[in-house]
Amino acid sequence: MGLRKIFKIRSILSCLIAITLIGNGFQIYAQSKDSTVVSTTTAVDSATTKAVAGTSLLPASKPLISTDVDTTKRVSYTAAPAAPDLTKEYKSAGYYFLMFFLFCVFIGIIGKILKVYEISRTIQGSKQPVDLRKIQGVLFAFALVLGLYGVYWSYSVQGPMYRMVSASVHGDQIDFMFDITLWITTVVFVLTHIALFGFSFKYRGSVEKKAYFYPHNNAVERIWTIVPAFVLTVLVVFGFFTWRSITNPSAADQKRALLVEVRGEQFKWNIRYSGADNQIGLSSYKLITPTNGLGIDFKDRKSWDDKLVGEIVIPVNRPVRFQVGSKDVLHSFYLPDFRVQMNAVPGMATFFQFIPKLTTAQIREKRNDPKYNYTLLCAKICGAGHYNMQAKVIVVTEREYAEWVAKQPLMYNDDVKKELQMADQKSAAGNNKVALNTNINR
Amino acid sequence: MASTAIHDSAVLHHHDQGHDQGHHKENFITKYIFSQDHKMISKQFLITGIIMGVIAMGLSVLFRLQLGWPDKSFPLLETFLGSWAEGGRIKPDFYLALVTIHGTMMVFFVLTAGLSGTFSNLLIPLQLGARDMASPFLNMLSYWFFFTACVIMMASFFTATGPASAGWTVYPPLSALPKAISGSGIGMTLWLISMTFFIASSMIGALNYISTVLNMRTKGMDMWKMPLTIWAFFLTAIIGVLSFPVLVSAVVLLIFDRSFGTSFYLSDIVIAGQVLPNQGGSPILWEHLFWFLGHPEVYIVIMPALGITSEVIATNSRKPIFGYHAMVYSLIGITVLSFIVWGHHMFVTGMNPFLGGVFMITTLIIAVPSAVKTFNYLATLWRGNIRFTPAMLFAIGLVSFFISGGLTGIFLGNAALDINLHDTYFVVAHFHLVMGSAAIFGMLCGVYHWFPKMFGRLMDEKLGYLHFWLTFIGAYLVFFPMHFMGLDGVPRRYYAFTEFEFMKEWLTVNTFITWAAILSALAQVAFLWNFFYSIFYGKKASQNPWQSNTLEWTTPVEHLHGNWPGEIPTVYRWPYDYSKPGHSEDFIPQTTPFSQTMSSNMPHDFEGNPEAERIQEDWIKNNPNARKATEEV
Repeated sequence: MGLRKIFKIRSILSCLIAITLIGNGFQIYAQSKDSTVVSTTTAVDSATTKAVAGTSLLPASKPLISTDVDTTKRVSYTAAPAAPDLTKEYKSAGYYFLMFFLFCVFIGIIGKILKVYEISRTIQGSKQPVDLRKIQGVLFAFALVLGLYGVYWSYSVQGPMYRMVSASVHGDQIDFMFDITLWITTVVFVLTHIALFGFSFKYRGSVEKKAYFYPHNNAVERIWTIVPAFVLTVLVVFGFFTWRSITNPSAADQKRALLVEVRGEQFKWNIRYSGADNQIGLSSYKLITPTNGLGIDFKDRKSWDDKLVGEIVIPVNRPVRFQVGSKDVLHSFYLPDFRVQMNAVPGMATFFQFIPKLTTAQIREKRNDPKYNYTLLCAKICGAGHYNMQAKVIVVTEREYAEWVAKQPLMYNDDVKKELQMADQKSAAGNNKVALNTNINR
Repeated sequence: MASTAIHDSAVLHHHDQGHDQGHHKENFITKYIFSQDHKMISKQFLITGIIMGVIAMGLSVLFRLQLGWPDKSFPLLETFLGSWAEGGRIKPDFYLALVTIHGTMMVFFVLTAGLSGTFSNLLIPLQLGARDMASPFLNMLSYWFFFTACVIMMASFFTATGPASAGWTVYPPLSALPKAISGSGIGMTLWLISMTFFIASSMIGALNYISTVLNMRTKGMDMWKMPLTIWAFFLTAIIGVLSFPVLVSAVVLLIFDRSFGTSFYLSDIVIAGQVLPNQGGSPILWEHLFWFLGHPEVYIVIMPALGITSEVIATNSRKPIFGYHAMVYSLIGITVLSFIVWGHHMFVTGMNPFLGGVFMITTLIIAVPSAVKTFNYLATLWRGNIRFTPAMLFAIGLVSFFISGGLTGIFLGNAALDINLHDTYFVVAHFHLVMGSAAIFGMLCGVYHWFPKMFGRLMDEKLGYLHFWLTFIGAYLVFFPMHFMGLDGVPRRYYAFTEFEFMKEWLTVNTFITWAAILSALAQVAFLWNFFYSIFYGKKASQNPWQSNTLEWTTPVEHLHGNWPGEIPTVYRWPYDYSKPGHSEDFIPQTTPFSQTMSSNMPHDFEGNPEAERIQEDWIKNNPNARKATEEV
């Protein structure tokens, strides 16, 4: 009984606290509103008095100014640089708080009712008034049914929302393995949950019953060690060879592949094509200047046919080898349509080679979306602009590719040549830049 | 309080007469603040952990607001956050800070210190029959280092440039260069200092747990009679001792890189047009060092939770845990394997692909002991006599999350599948289920179960049920849809989904997830109210409210410094003799000798002791009726 008294006092107390809190919020609101009202009325009053009596403006406008100052002061107490409509925000937040508080009170009342009901039942002499514990078992049965339906709903509605079509050759292998894994895991998920929630429902306890003493069964345990081990072994072997085949293209394939360099920086991608020789020219971060953003070493012949472009255009059905790098922090070269991802690491070149198999036109048709584009994303946290570090990727036919690539300008243009010549002359004149250059060519 | 005196039984008689007035002269500070009593320290850990958890949850609601309504302005946010939410919209770099600190706090402060710290401290001495930890003073230090770490981490919110914001994994160079992101200024320095304190705390704690488990078990308590909770805490502590030092070394090297111009992690960097002098380092080194701790860390988080649920499920199913030995061996298996799987976080980082293949094999092997544990839980429930206390509900919830999140681990552990899933929302969904939700459910399960032991009072069951169902449903609503987002290629740590055409279909889903997150966050009010209210006004607990077998329930409800008023009880049997046929009650505490339970003894119980077996056989011959009664049951 004492306990309940305390509870009452506490609930009343908390009620009071909450009310004062909310009241305060409203008070501020009300006061500020009131004072503006007052000020307007005084203004009106003053206007009328002015109009009627024709007295000087000064005494009437005085209170108007002073109340205005007051209001702003009061508002600025609560929110320093606030917009004038912040009171509205407080009001709505206050409402949400009040709603939640009332909900809590409601829950409390339900709790009390349950308690009263229990007590009355005990007085009536029933042994176990409301067995809330048993109800939990029943709730687990509900949870099982609803949960499985929810999973089904999620699979059928949100499942199709994710991109199904793989646009690369190895992507099909990955998807196949994904499907197998999905099947296995879904079956295990459903069965174990049926067992978990089903047992919870079926074996909900009572005082009369006694559990079945069953400390172990080595045969059963062996089975459920070996079966998962076997399934996982299959998946591992399967996965291992797929992984090797994706990450270890043969030397011949590597040579055949179109080489493209992609270098990330906060927050954009720099794309460099290797040109006719299919070799990327040397570069060094030490050579990076505002005009030479990638630090290309134009002394290296291989760089003379390199091309810097704005978007990735690749031919279909031909291996493309991306050399991924970074100028500053870690980035991740991520092409979800092609099941391709490789981190961009400063100071280290990484590679990913794959064969696109659907052109942009084809994927648009397949997805039934005439505006669809492949996109390159950054998947490794890289700073404030991480969420918008993208580049367009276009897959075209071999002929379209040849046309496009021919149109792209060389990086080694006349300006660069001139600059280089000047630098050469300078160094020939005995400038100490020689040291730097040898250093770079090292 | 002199810890050395604890083992002296003469001193302990004074405890009987109320140790507050005893000659120890415990004042407020030694009792509540710089306490060396493991029970008080565990409460300190728990309450600090809960506070950190509430803060970290609040941070998650803040960034969920941004994700749910990326175009909407919340002027109140500006009131509270100032320039970090100008115009009522959270700024991108502050968003990243929120994500980072949410992760750091949850993983380290709540699920490592709050979980291990609380329950290892509480249960190791109590369930093993020890008067206190091996070194109570170090135990106190462990808490205060942890507290310092929390304070320093919180302090970073009060710096002009904001808290660390390179993600909880703080990969350099982003975390090393203040020019790359503002949070990598003083905020990151504070993060590193805080982590150093935290690791010191964990190390001290873990060494203490290990030495207590190895040296201070009561008479009769051999390793194979220890409850699974203790096994879990013990192995967790071993993982911590072996892996945390590696994080310290990584952190120290990062401090060097940031402050002293070394190049352990930095090379070939041009930032804001400025060519940095660093050369020869590699961020991959950080990833290796970090994940060498980082992966065992997720087992540091989940294993205590599994230990707690093992105990709670057995107690509340009124059944012995199925396959006790298998449970222990799978814990050991997880412990060993946890050290050789870290590379699965790095499949696409540019690590040698062959290495990726090897890590894939070890990673999928670790799924086997996890599967064994799950099946054993299910078998424990089978034909049980289940009592749905709130703790039991949370234990079942944990098993559900552990299954759901564990199964998606099979996708992510497969290097080939990981190519497309790495750093997407699929990963977020996976680890929030398997280590986030599962571990927090383990922690809540422990709180509900051992609350009577901690505070001598009971928590309200009805509020517990409400708390469980709202949180359980809320967590699934939050994390289940994220799998599909991840499969669609939505990367994690994105400030808004508005910039990419293909992500726009997920905007409504994001709003839904935010509502679910708000619901689950509000559900915690039920817990907080229940917890703090019950500390002071809860129903008084009996000595053994759950009719459990383990030793902690043989201590008096009122706490004593030294745990048992008289001699420490002796242990005769394993902790899972629930519903043993032939016994009148459905539980037999570990302290009950076999001589008192002749009607229920089994030949297996005597572990091949011929003398005991002979006595038992004689007894059966003399009491044929009792045996029949046994068989009927």
